[in-house]
Amino acid sequence: MQRKVLLRRPMKRVNYAIIAIIAFALVLGLWTFASQSGAVNSTFLPSPTEVVSKFFASINDGSLGENTAISIYRITMGFLLATVLGVPIGILCSCFRTMSALCAPLCQFIRYMPVPAFVPLLMVWMGIGEFSKIMIVFIGTFFQMVLMIIDDANSVSDDLLAAGYTLGASNTVTIFKVLIPAMAPKMMQTLRMMIGWAWTYLVVAELVAANTGLGYSILKAQRFLKTDAIFMGILVIGLLGLITDCLFNILIKKLFPWEEGGKNG
Amino acid sequence: MDKNPMDLKIAVKGIDKVYNDGKKSAFKAIDNVSLNVYKNEFVCIVGPSGCGKSTMLRMMAGLDFPTKGIITIDGKKIIGPGDDRGMVFQTYTLFPWLRVEDNIKFGLKLQKFTKAEQEEITYKYLRIIGLEKFAKCYPKELSGGMKQRVAIARALANNPEVLLMDEPFGALDLFTKSQMQLLMRDIWQKEKTTVIFITHDIEEAVFLGTKVYVMTPSPGRIHAEIDIDLPENRDLDLKDTPEFIKIRRSINEMLHPDSNKLK
Ligand SMILES: Nc1ncnc2c1ncn2[C@@H]1O[C@H](COP(=O)(O)OP(=O)(O)O)[C@@H](O)[C@H]1O
Ligand SMILES: [Mg+2]
Repeated sequence: MQRKVLLRRPMKRVNYAIIAIIAFALVLGLWTFASQSGAVNSTFLPSPTEVVSKFFASINDGSLGENTAISIYRITMGFLLATVLGVPIGILCSCFRTMSALCAPLCQFIRYMPVPAFVPLLMVWMGIGEFSKIMIVFIGTFFQMVLMIIDDANSVSDDLLAAGYTLGASNTVTIFKVLIPAMAPKMMQTLRMMIGWAWTYLVVAELVAANTGLGYSILKAQRFLKTDAIFMGILVIGLLGLITDCLFNILIKKLFPWEEGGKNG
Repeated sequence: MDKNPMDLKIAVKGIDKVYNDGKKSAFKAIDNVSLNVYKNEFVCIVGPSGCGKSTMLRMMAGLDFPTKGIITIDGKKIIGPGDDRGMVFQTYTLFPWLRVEDNIKFGLKLQKFTKAEQEEITYKYLRIIGLEKFAKCYPKELSGGMKQRVAIARALANNPEVLLMDEPFGALDLFTKSQMQLLMRDIWQKEKTTVIFITHDIEEAVFLGTKVYVMTPSPGRIHAEIDIDLPENRDLDLKDTPEFIKIRRSINEMLHPDSNKLK
C-alpha cells in the first residue's frame, strides 16, 4: 500500500526550486508560443525577445535609467515619510489609549478611501510637481502602516513590559529598550509589505500625473501602441519590487538572529 | 511567631480590587485582603486558579492598583513599579534579543553600575544558577527550566528588597520543578531575600514557605495564615514526612472540603 499524502509535508529545497523554475518556464513558453504562432496579433502581444531587446535599447538610450531613478526617488521619499511618521505614531497608539482614540479610528476610516481618487485632488492642490507623487505614495501607505504598527506593538506581551518595569525601567526606557526591540522583527515585516504596496501607488500616481518615471513610460507607450515597451515597463517594476523585497528579507535575517523559530518567507 | 514591626517589609491593608471594563458588570477579584510580609520571610500565597493571586502580586509590584485600601513597602505607599521589587513571571519573559548575560545585566545597566561591577554581579548569579556555560546563548537556545533560572538570576542581580514570583514553575515538568524548588530554597537561605511566591500547588507552597497564606476564590479572600514550622534545611524527602503531609492535608481540606467525593 502507498503511504497517504498528508497536508503540509516538507520538501527538499532543490525540488522546490525546480518546480518554481518549471512554473516560470511554462509561462514563458506559453507566451512565446502565443506570439510566434500568430494566434495573437503581434501588436497586442510582443514576443519575449522583442521585450528583451526593447529593454536593452532603453538602457542604451538612457531612458530606462532615468525613469527608474526618478521612480525610486519618489517611492523612497514617500515611503520614508510614511515610516518616519507612521512608526512613532503607531507605537504611541499602542502605549496610550488617548493617542489610540485620537488616531486609530481615523486611520481605519481613511484607509478605505480609494487612493487613486486622491490624485486629481492633489493635482489641484499642488500641481504635478514631485511632491504630489510623493504624497500619493505617502497617503497609500501611511494610514495602513499606523494600523499595522499598532498591531505589531500590541503583540508584545504585557509581561515582557512588566519585566522591564520591575527591573527599574521608566516608561521611556521600556519603550526604547523593551517594546521596540521586541516588536522590531514584526515591524520590519510590516515595512517590507508596505513597500510592496508603495510601488503600486507610485505607478498609479505616475500614470495620471507625471511626465517622467516608469509609470509614465508605460502610459506613453500605450499612446503609440508600443506593447513591447508596456511589457518591459511592467516587468521592470515587478523586478524592482522583487529586489526590494529580497533586500528587506536579507536585512531581516541579518538583524534578528535571536528570533525564535525564524520563519523563512 | 513574634515579629519586629520594624522588619515589616510589605503591608497589604484592606485591599479590594474591582475590575470594571465598562461593558461587563463590575467584577470583584479581591475582597478585603490584608497581609504582612516581614524581612527575610519566604511567604507563599496558595489558592486555586482564578482566585486573584496574580492580581494581588501585580498590585504589590505596582503594575496595577487597588480599588480600595493601601499597599506599602517599608511604610511607603506603592505608587508604581520599581527596582526595589523584582519579579519572576509564569510566562517566559527573558528578552529574546539579549544574550543570557545581557539579560542579567539589563537592570544593572539602568542602575549605572560600572562595566566591571556588572560583569562581577552577572557571573556571581550565573554561578548560583549553574548556567555559566550559557552566558553567551540567546534565550531561544535554553529549555524552559533554564529560562526561569535566568529570569530568577536577572531579578536577583538587581538586589531587590523583595522578590515577587508568580507561579514561576507552573509550566515546568515535575522533575525540573522540584529541582527549581531546591534551588529556590538554596538561594533564599544564602541571600536572605524576602520572597513572595504565588502558586496553586499546595505541596510547593508548604515546601518553600516559612509562612503560607491560603486564598479562596470569588471573590478572592485570605482564608488562613499558616506559619510553617519545618526545618530550615529542606530536601525533597521532607515532602514524605508526616509533619509535612499533615500541613499539606490541612490546607487541602481548607481549599477543597469535599475533595474525597466524586462530584
Ligand atoms: N484585567 C482584567 N480584567 C478583568 N478581569 C480580570 C483581569 N485580570 C484578571 N481578571 C479576573 O480576576 C480573577 C483573578 O485573576 P488572577 O489574579 O489572574 O487569578 P489567579 O492568578 O489566581 O489565577 C479572574 O476571574 C480573572 O478572570
Ligand atoms: Mg495567575
